[in-house]
Amino acid sequence: MGGETGPAGSDGARARGDDASDRAGDAVAIDRRTAGNSSDGERDSVGDESDRPRVTFDREGIRTGFYTTVPVALGVGGYGIAFGVLANQAGLSVAEAALMSATVLAGASQIVAVELWADPIPVAAIVVTVFAINLRYSLMGAALQPWFRHLSPKEIYGSLFFMADENWALTMRDLTAGNGRGAFLLGSGIAIWVFWVAATIVGALAGGIVGDPTRYGFDFILAAVFVALAAELWEGRSSLAPWVVALGVSVVAAELVPGRWYILLGGLAAAVVEVIRYGE
Amino acid sequence: MASEPPLQWSMLALEPLVVGVVLAMALVTYLTKIGGIWLVRHVELSERLEAGLSVLPGAIVVAVLAPELAAGGPAEWGAAGVVLLVMWRTESILLALVAGVAGVVLFRTLL
Repeated sequence: MGGETGPAGSDGARARGDDASDRAGDAVAIDRRTAGNSSDGERDSVGDESDRPRVTFDREGIRTGFYTTVPVALGVGGYGIAFGVLANQAGLSVAEAALMSATVLAGASQIVAVELWADPIPVAAIVVTVFAINLRYSLMGAALQPWFRHLSPKEIYGSLFFMADENWALTMRDLTAGNGRGAFLLGSGIAIWVFWVAATIVGALAGGIVGDPTRYGFDFILAAVFVALAAELWEGRSSLAPWVVALGVSVVAAELVPGRWYILLGGLAAAVVEVIRYGE
Repeated sequence: MASEPPLQWSMLALEPLVVGVVLAMALVTYLTKIGGIWLVRHVELSERLEAGLSVLPGAIVVAVLAPELAAGGPAEWGAAGVVLLVMWRTESILLALVAGVAGVVLFRTLL
């Protein structure tokens, strides 16, 4: 978030390692991007440290993240039941399915993994496919950097274990709103984890009894979370070009490229176009 | 799965190979989760690159959504519209989700 922070003093302050000023400058930089470049003067005038939220990592953030995510996590639980059923059908024990949900915590890749499951287990195919499906998380994690740069490595790398699509989306929503809750991801991730693991166990126990999750609309929850998030992330005209690029590239890539590469390709293409357009 | 052990045992079974594969999956997944932010934390980024990074949240959301909705049908499109409408009117994500899921179930029955 370099020199775009505006007030000339902020760079000097950073050089002295003045943390509060550093944070305040960042918040302005983030905010200005959010607002487009329409109101520079006004932004500069609110550049004081005092009225800028700091990014903190505390119990309150964990709690807020947890409770905000519970309704969504309930839906994720519906999907977890489906995963448990599939894992059961693939021949995994309840304990093995639960272990997978507790340690991997990435729904789509787990479902694909148990679909690939066979006897003997195609270890390389499964691990490589899981990696490819989840590579999008690198991009999602990188998008957290403007806020997470204020956290310690332990806080960052601990929280990221709990990152899944749904709670990443809710976390971005909270962070872009300027609440400065660095622990939101952890709290929301714990909510997802609890419901995901519990639902996996229920599904694996229930086996074939529970039917198709599409009957209850659970399969639509992820899309619904993302539609809601899109509504909030829309920043007007400055969003138009990157979003059109992401849309076009992801739709075409989904047709042409197997797996979930389209997410990565769509996101990267938009970022590249923005880098090229920068300063024009 | 040739000779089935007693039910309680099979439920709790943890075969070493299965556990190994699961842990390998967990490891590569964790690496994807931390990889991106590790990179941007350890590489000095130009303003230009940071501008690119700043469009990522919206772009990723669109890239997740667009193919999913394109693969869906009128029921999913209608429900997505319901979510947008409720978000716009109430700004409550919970209401929007409930309306969206109810909408998709309803539209799938109707359409």
